[in-house]
This record gives sequence, C-alpha cells and structure tokens, in this order.
Amino acid sequence: MVQIFRFMPNTRTNVFCACATSDAMTLAPADAGQQQDGVRATVGVSGDGASLLRGILILWIIRLLFSKTYKLQDSSDLTEKEIEEIIEEWQPEPLVPRMSKEKPAPSYNIVSGPPCHKITVNGKQCINFASFNFLGLLDNDRVKNQALQSLRKYGVGTCGPRGFYGTFDVHLELEDRLAKFMRTEEAIIYSYGFATIASAIPAYSKRGDIVFVDEAACFSIQKGLQASRSHIKYFRHNDMEDLERILKQQELEDQKNPRKARVTRRFIVVEGLYMNTGAICPLPELVKLKYKYKVRIFLEESLSFGVLGQHGRGVTEHFGVNIDDIDLISANMENSLASVGGFCCGRSFVIDHQVFALLAQKAISDYVLIVILSQGYCFSASLPPMLASAAIEALNIMEEDQGLKVVGESISPAFHLQLEQSSGSRESDVRILNRIVEYCMDRKIALTQAHYLEKEEKFLPPPSIRVVVTVEQTEEELEMAANLIKEAAQNILQ
Amino acid sequence: MSRGLARSEEELTGEEVTVLRESLAPRWRDVFLQHLHHTKGGLYKRPFTESFEQAPLYVAVLTYMGFGVVTLFGYFRDFLRAWGFEKCNLAQEREEQKDFVPLYQDFENFYTRNLYMRVRDNWNRPICSLPGPQFDLMERVSDDYNWTFRHTGKVIDGVINMGSYNYLGFAENDPTFLTSVEESNEKYGSGVCSTRQEMGNLDIHEELEKLVATFLGVESAMTFGMGFATNAMNIPALVGKGCLILSDELNHTSLVLGARLSGSTIRVFKHNNMQSLEKLLRDAVVHGQPRSHRPWKKILIIVEGIYSMEGSIVRLPEIIALKKKYKAYLYLDEAHSIGAVGPTGRGVVEFFELDPRDIDVLMGTFTKSFGSSGGYIAGKKELVDFLRLHSHSAVYATSMSPPVAEQILRSMKCIMGLDGTTIGIQRVRRLAENTRYFRQRLNEMGFIIYGHEESPVVPLLLFMPGKVGAFAREMLKRKIGVVVVGFPATPITEARARFCVSAAHTTPMLDKVLNALDELGDHLVLKYSRHTRSSRPELYDETSFEMDD
Repeated sequence: MVQIFRFMPNTRTNVFCACATSDAMTLAPADAGQQQDGVRATVGVSGDGASLLRGILILWIIRLLFSKTYKLQDSSDLTEKEIEEIIEEWQPEPLVPRMSKEKPAPSYNIVSGPPCHKITVNGKQCINFASFNFLGLLDNDRVKNQALQSLRKYGVGTCGPRGFYGTFDVHLELEDRLAKFMRTEEAIIYSYGFATIASAIPAYSKRGDIVFVDEAACFSIQKGLQASRSHIKYFRHNDMEDLERILKQQELEDQKNPRKARVTRRFIVVEGLYMNTGAICPLPELVKLKYKYKVRIFLEESLSFGVLGQHGRGVTEHFGVNIDDIDLISANMENSLASVGGFCCGRSFVIDHQVFALLAQKAISDYVLIVILSQGYCFSASLPPMLASAAIEALNIMEEDQGLKVVGESISPAFHLQLEQSSGSRESDVRILNRIVEYCMDRKIALTQAHYLEKEEKFLPPPSIRVVVTVEQTEEELEMAANLIKEAAQNILQ
Repeated sequence: MSRGLARSEEELTGEEVTVLRESLAPRWRDVFLQHLHHTKGGLYKRPFTESFEQAPLYVAVLTYMGFGVVTLFGYFRDFLRAWGFEKCNLAQEREEQKDFVPLYQDFENFYTRNLYMRVRDNWNRPICSLPGPQFDLMERVSDDYNWTFRHTGKVIDGVINMGSYNYLGFAENDPTFLTSVEESNEKYGSGVCSTRQEMGNLDIHEELEKLVATFLGVESAMTFGMGFATNAMNIPALVGKGCLILSDELNHTSLVLGARLSGSTIRVFKHNNMQSLEKLLRDAVVHGQPRSHRPWKKILIIVEGIYSMEGSIVRLPEIIALKKKYKAYLYLDEAHSIGAVGPTGRGVVEFFELDPRDIDVLMGTFTKSFGSSGGYIAGKKELVDFLRLHSHSAVYATSMSPPVAEQILRSMKCIMGLDGTTIGIQRVRRLAENTRYFRQRLNEMGFIIYGHEESPVVPLLLFMPGKVGAFAREMLKRKIGVVVVGFPATPITEARARFCVSAAHTTPMLDKVLNALDELGDHLVLKYSRHTRSSRPELYDETSFEMDD
C-alpha cells in the first residue's frame, strides 16, 4: 500500500490526498470545491479502462511530486539584496502631517478658575454662555461638600475596573438612584460620558444587524455605530416619513429573505435633544413606528436629561411616553449633573447584558480583533468615587421639588400651580394654597386660586393657583413674582 | 557576602553570570542564555528574564475535562429550564416585545448562564473603603446561586488588597497629602461641563500637561479624561485607510478598538515575538498593500509596556531596532508600566535605559500608579499639536475633572521629588523590592508564575476552571482579595490569579499572602512547577526585609 500526501501551496491551499492501492484507486480531493481538472473519486473500476486510468493517475501523481511548487507570494523570488533595497527605498508618510508655517500652532482658550457662571477666559472676565452647566450645579456648595467627604474617605482613583475591586458602594448607590430617578428597572454608570453610548451601541448591535440613525446624530453615536460594524441606514433629520419609508423598504427586503430577517436585530438610534441642531426628537411617533415595524429604540439624552420634562427626566417625560417603551436610554452626567461620566438605563433584560459583558465580551476574546459588547464598562477604570458622590448630590438637588408643579404649556399666558403632592384632602390642599396666595398678597403680588362650582363641574380639576401673564407686566415684575412664589412655597410647604 | 533580595540595577559581573546560569533551572537557563548575547551585543543593558513555564500534560487534559463536565451539565440544566423543571432566573423580554427579533442569541448566554454564574461572586465585589493596601468589602450573599446578590450590611474589614493597580500606593486618603486636591475641588467643583476645544481648557490642565512632558522627558504632552478613551479616540487620528497597524496579540481592548475605529489594516504578531514582528514588517514593506501592492502610507507598531494578564515586559530595545530599520512608527501603551518600573518610575523606557524620543507615541494612564483617572499621549511637539486639533477626545469629550487632575499633579510631583521629599522615589524602590520578593517566594514554593521577574503584575497559573472559584473564595476567607481570570479572557487551559504588588504592601502583609498561598497551594494542588526549587533558599530566610520609610 502506497500512501502519498502532497501539499501543493497554491494561491489557495489545496490538499490532495492520494492513496494508491494494488487493485483499486481512490483519489479524494480534500477540498471538494477546489478540484482543478475534474478528477473525481473512482473506486473499483475493472478492466483495461481501469488500468489505463490507474496509469494516468500514477503519472499525474508523479508529475505533482516533481512539478515546481507555486509560491504563496509571486514576488518572494526577490533576492535578499532586492529586498534590502526595497526596504531602503521605502519612505513612509510622516506620522502627523507637517504643520504649515502660515498656520500657527493651535491654541485653546485658557480658563483660569472655575468654569462657572462668571468665567475668566484668557484673562478676561466673561459671563458664561458656553458650558453645559444647565442647572448651575458645578458651583454648588452642597455638591462640592459631598465630593469632599467622599474624597476624604475613598481618595481619588479607584485603581481598577468594575470587575476587579473597582466597584464602590457609592457606584451602587448612584446606579440605584439613577434607576429610581428615571423610573427604570436598572442603570449602570460609565466613567466617561463620550464612551457611554459609543460602548452601548456595539454591545447590542452586531455585524449584520441594522441600525436606523438620524442624520444629525452626534459624534459619539457615530463612533458607536462604527464600532458595531452593523448595517447603518440614515434618515433625514427628524423626518418620520423618511424613516417610515426606509423601514418599509426594509420590510420588503425582509419578505424576500425571511430566514435572515428572523435573526437580524433592528435598532433606531436617536437623540432626545440633538447636540448638533438643538431639535427635539418626535418620540411619540418613533414609539409608534417601533411597534409597527418591530424595531428597538436607543435614546441618547445627554442634553435633554435634567432639562426636559417636569422633573428633568428628559424627553420621555416631556412627551409623557412610557419609559419602558424605550429600550435603552443613555446620557452623560457631565452636563446637567456637572460631574463626570455617563449612564445607561432601561429594563433589566437590556441592561444586565452590559454588566455580563465582562465575560460575554471575552467569549470573543481579546485575542481576536473582534470587539463586542460594552467595553467602556468592563475594561476601563471605574468612576472616581468623589465624582459619583457629586453626581448623587446633584441628583438629590434635582429631585427636591419646590412643592408646586406648573401645569400648562409654556406659551400659555394662563397656567396653574398645583401641589406636587396632595396633603390628603381637597380642603386641606385649598387651605395650603390659600396660605401661599396670602403670603404673596402681603408682599404686593396679587394671586388667586382657581375657583370652581365643585358640584357642577363634570370633571373637577384639582385645586390650583391660576397665574395670568399679561403684556403690562415688566420683566422685573415677572422675575419678582416668580421668586416670591418660590419663596412662599419653600416657607409654607417645608 | 550579603546578597539580599534587593539586588538592584547594577550590572552583573562575569562570575555572577556563571553562578546565576548554573543555579537556573533548564527552561530558565534557555531564556537566560537567549538574552545573554543581547546583553553583550548591547541591545539589552541587563539580563531580561521572562518565564512562561508550560504546564504538565495531565493538567491540560484535566482542564479540558473540567470544561467538558461543566458544559455537559450546562446543556442538561438548559434542558431542565426549557421544560420548566428548573426556574430560569434570567431577565425576560416584556410581553409587548415578544415578537421582536431576540436581542440576544441563545448561545451568547450559554456561558453566562452555566459557567460564569457558578463563580460570579468572585467578581465585582463591592468595596466600601479606600482601595489601598487593605480594604473593606461589603459582605454579600446569594440566595439563588449567584443570580442575585443581597448585601447583608456587614463589612469584611481589613482585607489585603492584591487586586487593585495601586502600584505606588497613591490611592490614599491621608489629609496631609490631599490638601491640594481638596483645594481644587473647592475652587473648581468636580465637573467641567465643556470640552477642551470649547470652554473646558482650564489652567490646571495646562499645568498638568507641562508636568507630564517634563516627567517623561519629551517635548509635549496632552491629557485625556479616560485611559480607555485615550487609546480608542486617538489612534484613529494618527492612522487611517492605507496605513498598517501591527498589533501584539495580547494588546488591551482599548488599543484593539482604536485600531479598528481607525480603518487601517490590522495584522497581529505573536506576543512579544520579535521574529513574528520582523516577518510582518518585512512582508509589509516589500509587498505593500494587498492586491494593489501600493506601498503602505505608514506602519504603526502598537505594543504595551507591561501586559496586564501575562506580566511580561515588552522587548523594547529590539522593537526600537526593528522600527528604525523598517521606518515604522511606534505606539507604546504604558498603562501598567509608567511609575511601576524603571529606577525612578519613568516606565519601560527608563527600565531599558532608552531614549524616550525613540518612541513616536508615548501613551499611559493615570489610573494605576498615580491613583487617579485618565490618560496621556506624549511625544514630539508636532504630534501633540496635531492631536490638539484632531483628537476625537479634545473636540467631543468633556475635559478631565479638576480634582482628578490635581491628584495626578500631586503624585507626579511626589515621584519626581518636586515636593521636596524622597517619599516618591522610596515608593518606587519599595515596589521593585516587593515585586522581586513576592515573585521569588512564589517561584520557590513551586507555583507557575508568568512574566518578567521585575513586573509588579504577577499572574499565578491555576489552569483548571474548578480551581478558579475555589481559590478566590478560600483567599477571601483568609481576608485576602485576589483577582482571578479564566477562559475566555485567557487561553482555555490557562486560568490564573493575578496579583498586583504595591509599594504600599508591607512585608508582613506580603508574608501573610504568601503563607496563605503556600497553604492553599498544597490544599488545592496548585504547585505545578517542575523546575528545581531555588538552590539558595536559606538566603531568603536570612534577609531582613526592612525599609526605612
């Protein structure tokens, strides 16, 4: 029995394994797709034809054995000297383009001192219209004090990622508080705002999945999409018809290939308040489209968190959309909360995935160049505890209600002030509101409660102070009135 | 003749080389000899001793069997769950969205459900104190086999911390050290609310960048708010389409992500293997880009100073020689090495007595040795100026928190001795001594440990999946907090525990850990090393290991 293994390093590796026996011969190409001259397995052919074939095959094998092997690279027949010459000749581009002489080196504005309301830029005192310190919490003494307490206890750095002793009790508290504040099941924090959505998107959306994105999406979303390697489809900024058109198109494509459609995840990625345009996304329409076309929604709320909605819960609260209808909300804590870092929140089903990512990520492993799941969470040092504490205190301040809530559109000249929490009965609510009215009257601001015929009204509105704004009131008077009402509420409702 | 452990940086004499060579076990001897010629040839100024001892064959077989058993049980329990015999604890999709395409594939979760869940209690352990040499852990228990945890409210205090990257012990809360940090918190607040290019470039950032450049001995430096993002957001600014990245196979995820986001072609060379790197470089220069055969625009070699899972130190002198020969650029990530190695804590560049200007891009983080947060990129002025204009981070990400920046300033000044004390340099030396002591003792005990003898990252090989959980739990019982990692973070047969030695560890602390390891090593049969034990054990008993600090 003769057995010949012949490796022929062609441009693609074909491994032919030829076994020759005395009375039957088998020629089995190991790679069936690569048969070159149509020789197929021949088993047990008898007679003259068989011996002829046998002869041809043996000759062919001998030819294979002695023929010149193909080279993997055509050009590796270069001599050593030629190679050295090529290496000598090759000149790479400079690592960074040379700066032209005319264009001076970049200079940043230098802010000396805190970047708060009054700011010193390049030595000039200015009023700050540039920082995202929406709620003025950067300069807040309570926040600073809380950060200081935390600093004294924990030091500055965490010296580790979350998995390896980088999880502090303050991190858990902050996550818990954020989840409660946003009224979601779970929240997780990241140590860098930019990395939040940029890590969250590739944690869910993989190669082959489809993401529908608004054209005006911010840079960190763009980077997240790039990292996800999914199929990206852009729709015109805030144009729901365009989005529906693309979704329909996709639906038609899906019908052609239902098997593929069954495993293709789909996501819409939008911003609550667009960083690049300042526009609000039409969330209710998006939710309708979500259920119609079975697409999940990821919402980036870095600008809208702490700004939109009665309590600052963002665009979901602004539109009164059920937050469970949004699959994932991400926001940073670097604008309204004036700290550092970001968070993702949503249902446990969605969020747990990022926490488990520690291993799931590694299932694909660092060793191959595939990056999935939430790397920003698992592979980076966790948020310094003092910054987490600052964020907690900022949340505390955001959550402290004034006791009164404004009911009515912002453009309505007449609106209502209702009690945030009823004191128990209508009578006592009326009594409390009356004390606020009197407090203001004493200080020369005339207010009135809205009066109703309580028995006759079909649906009796809750007790309220109705405020009417007119053209005659000046800016100062408006401001004075607003401050007085705030003061009254603080004094009477505490 | 007193030959303490703390044999420091001076060169070995010819006689000592012979003694050392004779005393080494066969495999170590090969490694040693391999580097001796480099020492003589001038590339390495001193011996470069790194060890990756292979496990006995039976260990590999048993490890695979271990995985086989848990996998079989996993399938069995999945079967039970599917038929409702066992409660499924995973969070479920809500009713309204049941008909959506599933968010996760079933197999993605198999590992989570069936393997990770068994040992989940050994990760994400919450701590409630400073992450110093000793810390307090929040006690937590699970009533449902690790699916959920409940905090009992009790605190396990005084656990020795062998997991945090607190190499120089700057994770500290001594108020006398922290005055400047407290002041900056009071002055600036904790956030910035703007980006570097917009309104977030504070004077403290400028000061920090000047100091970092001085510390590293380069023209210019730029700092970023997050170490991970420093890599992920700056590599794309440096290379792009038509460029080639040569990346070590064990590079950190952030480097991999940065490389991928850049759009360059990526080729991976074997870990710290110069033959593999040279072959790739040669092929790249000679053959150019695939198909078109146009020459590459630039070639960027990306390596780390100390590899965090292997404890190995990059072969920098050889890489620099290669990069010069092939005109490639070098990106060196010193996340774990800056502050932690080198006679004055300047990282691997100083460790090998090289010129920092030979490295095109010096990158590092402040999370580890400096006990803070964030990262830097340093090098020539034109590189940094370019990044100031083009770095994704400078344009889009909020700048570094002022108190965090102040902590870096403080600790860096301390290492440089600018605070007028010798505390910094003492800590650097102390770390080197602790490292050598710890590694040497582990070697003597017969554990297989990986990496360079001077690397403070010490991986101890456990191999079998079952031992991972047991080891971490037993150590915690002895009040020692360790980090364990297994498949898939490591190759399947190489589960390990990783210790990070710190300058803040006292000798009694290290001895306590070593004694616990000795005991546990026998109990769990972890002493796999087949090399002869040190021929001079009595020396270590004699050495009094005291430092005057």
